[in-house]
Amino acid sequence: MKLHDTIHRVFGKGGRLERLWPLVDAAETFFFRLPVRTAGGTHIRDAYDLKRMMMIVVLALIPSMVFGTYNIGYQFYASAGMPADHLACVLKGLTVIIPLYVVTFAVGGAWEVLFALIRGEEINEGFFVTGALIPLIMPPTIPLWQLALAVSFGVVLGKELFGGTGMNIFNPALVSRAFLFFAYPKSISGADVWTLTDGTVVDAYTMATPLHLGIEPKGDIVAHLAGSGFDFWRMLWGLEPGSIGETSAVAVLAGAFILVITGVGSWRIIVSVFAGGAAMALLCNAFAPSPASMLALPAHYHFVAGGFAFGAVFMATDPVSATGTNAGKYVYGFLIGLLTVMVRTLNPAYPEGMMLAILFMNLFAPLIDYTVVRLNMRRRVRRAAG
Amino acid sequence: MANYRLKKGYDIRIAGEAQKLIERAPFPENVGMYPADFYGMTPRPLVEGGERVRIGTPLWHDKRRESLVVTSPASGTVIEVRRGERRALEAVVIRTDGKQQIATTVIPPPKRLSSSARGDIVNTLCAAGLFPLLRQRPFGTVADPLATPRDIFVTAVDTAPLAPDQGLILENHEQEFQRGIDVLACLTPGRIHLCTGGDAVNSQPFSGVKNVELHRFEGPHPAGNVGVHIHHVTPIRAQNDIVWHCTVQGVILIGRFFISGSPSFDVTAAVAGPAAARGRYVQTLTGAAISSFAQASASLPAARFISGNVLTGRNAGTDGFLGFGDNLVTIIPEAEKSVFLGWLSPGFSLESFSASFISRLMPRRRFAIDSNRNGSQRAFVATGIYERLLPMDILPSFLLKSILAGDIEEMEKLGILELTPEDFALCEYACPSKTDIQRILRDGIDLMLKETRESE
Repeated sequence: MKLHDTIHRVFGKGGRLERLWPLVDAAETFFFRLPVRTAGGTHIRDAYDLKRMMMIVVLALIPSMVFGTYNIGYQFYASAGMPADHLACVLKGLTVIIPLYVVTFAVGGAWEVLFALIRGEEINEGFFVTGALIPLIMPPTIPLWQLALAVSFGVVLGKELFGGTGMNIFNPALVSRAFLFFAYPKSISGADVWTLTDGTVVDAYTMATPLHLGIEPKGDIVAHLAGSGFDFWRMLWGLEPGSIGETSAVAVLAGAFILVITGVGSWRIIVSVFAGGAAMALLCNAFAPSPASMLALPAHYHFVAGGFAFGAVFMATDPVSATGTNAGKYVYGFLIGLLTVMVRTLNPAYPEGMMLAILFMNLFAPLIDYTVVRLNMRRRVRRAAG
Repeated sequence: MANYRLKKGYDIRIAGEAQKLIERAPFPENVGMYPADFYGMTPRPLVEGGERVRIGTPLWHDKRRESLVVTSPASGTVIEVRRGERRALEAVVIRTDGKQQIATTVIPPPKRLSSSARGDIVNTLCAAGLFPLLRQRPFGTVADPLATPRDIFVTAVDTAPLAPDQGLILENHEQEFQRGIDVLACLTPGRIHLCTGGDAVNSQPFSGVKNVELHRFEGPHPAGNVGVHIHHVTPIRAQNDIVWHCTVQGVILIGRFFISGSPSFDVTAAVAGPAAARGRYVQTLTGAAISSFAQASASLPAARFISGNVLTGRNAGTDGFLGFGDNLVTIIPEAEKSVFLGWLSPGFSLESFSASFISRLMPRRRFAIDSNRNGSQRAFVATGIYERLLPMDILPSFLLKSILAGDIEEMEKLGILELTPEDFALCEYACPSKTDIQRILRDGIDLMLKETRESE
């Protein structure tokens, strides 16, 4: 208690280190539910707050984190042709994922604290989710210095310049990834970055992701994928090369379950992304020139390939950059799914479309909301007249 | 009769419901009236400290419409005319003498009721200080005696946390209630809409009322809010589309005045809440000192006395008074202790609308909720929670944004005319960013009123 008082005297208003108060405040509210009383407005408040909401998202990411860690090791040993037990796979994965998280949180956290200190605001927990997401959408081979640059870009230009948490237009985690995609394309595209190797790769191992293989299929596309070991069930479970957290649709769906039952993630968006993807895939199937074309890839393969599921569940549902109206969420999600499949099938330069589709729809979310709001106004005017 | 089943909304599971028994409370030594209970009136005090008053003696009137007065509910001596910032009137406190004499300024009500007597009825209600029982939409102000309402809504259901049972308030006052309805019917060319709860228990006591159109509203809070009722039955269309509304207690007081000829401010109020020593109903006086009939559990270090419910009521303090129009005093514990890693708890003992707490699986459990804000204020995030708590065709977050932007035209198009802060109180409760939503809406309404007054 004495320590508590001393800290408050030194860092509080008028104290010697007043400017550093947000740091103390952040630590205090992190460790304690403080007895701050309501004043004005409602006398009682829901136990739920933004911190709780963010914790739920992080909790929902844990299956993907765990599986991603395992999969890094699994792919490492598979590419080297070495037999390895589960523990070895996890340990190998940890040597990759721990540095990624350390760098992400150190760099992102530093920016967050810096901006809070400059603004004299409380440090908010906004970076928690962004920081948990960023390593999961990176290839396991990403150089740490590039990651640090990407995190800085995402936090500063993607969020803080717009005014901080709640004000950003784009999903900051995706801004980070897009930065790498355009600044260091060699690190985050092509066939060779998705598996951590020790230099030698056995012939039986396929370095390319299923989506990359889809660019120039030899023969029937489904058979072509199966020939490289990527049948539907393997892609569903996720033992395949790819960004760390995206490969396992099962792990992502476990997270989706948590998000939806707690009401933290919008089921409207998640369902609509899949519906949009399915609609576009069916349309492409109908116009596919031959089975040996990306256009012929069935919808359920799209769902388990690349970042489709991960993007639908964890990226598209970000409440800040998504649409705010319920009606708008259907449109927003549907178009994300549709655009993703469109980019995948019709544009040979980009095997994956999820990231760009979400960023693109982030940009259009306000327009969708605007339309929904105008329609609501028109309905209200009509009702008044009638 | 029409039935409305509303799905959106939420009943906060707070402990301490009042026991359904009515006691007569000791006659209060002090009574107090707060101008804050009369939104839309600009008070100019008419009494000074030491002055003798009787039941019906005007305490203050409205600056613009002097016939609109607030009167004393008891006879006695004014002991305090409390003023706040910029000398704004905050409260008038009266020491009662127990004689309950009637003021000479009270005009006896007309014997026969007819719409041709409308002017007389309004005048007598005004002079007795009963007119402010009528409230007006849009904006939820005290009704304007110069206006003619399209319809009048009588709210015979209250879904707010720990709200008093309207049937119990009606009990033994059925005749007065019916008389009050007949009086209101003379004030509008339109209808009297009586809105009750959905189930038989809540609607049955009102089933015999004549001269009304009956509507039943089923669903969680805010299904009992008059704003919700008007929205679904016959919505406000424009600023000059005026609807009045009144509570069951208000109708009873009006009816009683027209039966007995002298104003009475005897009301039934519930004492409830997790920190209430004895939750029950009492018969007392409007403006009665809360300490005369409600006490906090002795074991608590600090308790908050709220006149009204936990969402919209006033923090009255330990020496406060029962607000005008309030039929409920809620007593809750004040937040005292820090909880280590509170946000990580699975939440067996925390009340929340969010399903991220285990407690959501225990719908029958009641919680001793205290005054903790439960989190820090954060930027607004469109979590979709507001949209699940407002059973109206209104987009709450976009309306709030238009208010913050001060865009009057947008505010009106997005439905501010249909709302008062109480309609957003539940959203405020559940808001994870701990935003003061009722305050924002109040600011928006203030701005609208200011504009309309300037254009007059």
